[in-house]
Amino acid sequence: MFSEPFAAGQTWVHRLDARVRIGIALCFSCVLAAASSQQQTLFGLIAACLLLISSRPPLRPFLRRLAAVNMFVLFLWLTVPCTMPGPAAFHIGPLSCSQAGLHLVWLVSLKANAIAMLFIACVASMPVARFGHALYSLKVPGKFVFLLLFTYRSIFLLADEWQRLNRALRLHNFVATTNLHSYRTMGSLIGLTLVRSLDRAGRIHQAMLLRGFNGNFNSLVEFRLKRLDYLFLAAALAVLALYLFL
Amino acid sequence: MHIAEGVLAPSILALGGMLSLGGCALGLRRLDESRIMPVALLSAAFFTGSLLHVPIGPVSSHLLLNGLLGVLLGWAAFPAIAVALMLQALLFQYGGLTTLGVNAWNMALPAILAGYLARPWLSTSGWPRFLAAFCCGALGVAGAAILTALSLNFSDEGFLTAAKILLLAHVPVALVEGLVTASAVSFLAQVRPEMLRQAFNR
Repeated sequence: MFSEPFAAGQTWVHRLDARVRIGIALCFSCVLAAASSQQQTLFGLIAACLLLISSRPPLRPFLRRLAAVNMFVLFLWLTVPCTMPGPAAFHIGPLSCSQAGLHLVWLVSLKANAIAMLFIACVASMPVARFGHALYSLKVPGKFVFLLLFTYRSIFLLADEWQRLNRALRLHNFVATTNLHSYRTMGSLIGLTLVRSLDRAGRIHQAMLLRGFNGNFNSLVEFRLKRLDYLFLAAALAVLALYLFL
Repeated sequence: MHIAEGVLAPSILALGGMLSLGGCALGLRRLDESRIMPVALLSAAFFTGSLLHVPIGPVSSHLLLNGLLGVLLGWAAFPAIAVALMLQALLFQYGGLTTLGVNAWNMALPAILAGYLARPWLSTSGWPRFLAAFCCGALGVAGAAILTALSLNFSDEGFLTAAKILLLAHVPVALVEGLVTASAVSFLAQVRPEMLRQAFNR
């Protein structure tokens, strides 16, 4: 249901240290988000594209993710060019598309896709558990990481509970429509899902305490930088230098 | 509601990131170790809320549930929402690393404010409680829409109309969210009233 389609790969990108991947993704995303010239963003897009290709993502899930990003971008394409003041580039009937608007949205589209590709190649390509433990070894507070890992675990618990209750509702031929009854039913169902899942989570917590859980979360993966990581870091720095030179 | 990456100005991104860091730190400090499990569960509820579609006339919209989180968690809603957004970025590519701060702030701040405002009325029963919970859910969505529109507007003046459309589109969503939240809170008040009380005790 909530699958991690990019985490199963066996490429060199997947063999990189998780901390290096997160660090590079964060650094380059920030740099790209602040970019203001078309040259720089195009360069970033190409670099992200190359990295993505070498991580060999499965095509269908990749396109779905990219579509999720471009929904918002599409919304901007539909609204910004026709409403931004400034000299017009061309007219469609009564609407005039401003040059500044077109330039802005074009830049945003490039940036959004470049950062999304970078994220899919570097971060979405690791299991959530490894992401959490990598954050922990990057000195993110333990409580936050614990919350992240347990939220991930609870998602399946909650979805399971929700589906069971929803199935029961469908057996009564319930179809949600636009009326108060539907909304009340949805609300009650959410409440019931929460109550049941909380009980279950409470039992899990008790079982953990019985087994000596002391608030620490131990990982079986040991993070150690290898030669590949140093090579990648050096290459990334070179790309960054080239980018700033543009 | 999730702003994609590469849209906002760097200053807005930095501001959102810093404010969210502060909010998360405050929320985490008030979060007792023994409450991490229930908070994680509500965080998961926020995560899955984006998959629950409710019909509004001919179209449908997904729930946000940030108001509900504000009522049930208080300040702990901040890290809960941040974590859920992180997972949504990882698993669905909604939002991302750079916009995480802005998105978390936009959704968590109205949640906490709505929770604080609704708090005195939640211990009542019947219509006052229903109305308070309704306002809480509606304010959660409306506040998030307003903050999202503002962050778009302050990023570039070209986004003004987009921000206005975003705001208008969220009016019916806020009403529906209010109704659903009110029903959920009424249900919880009858079945598990202690859940409504524990949020702001710490």
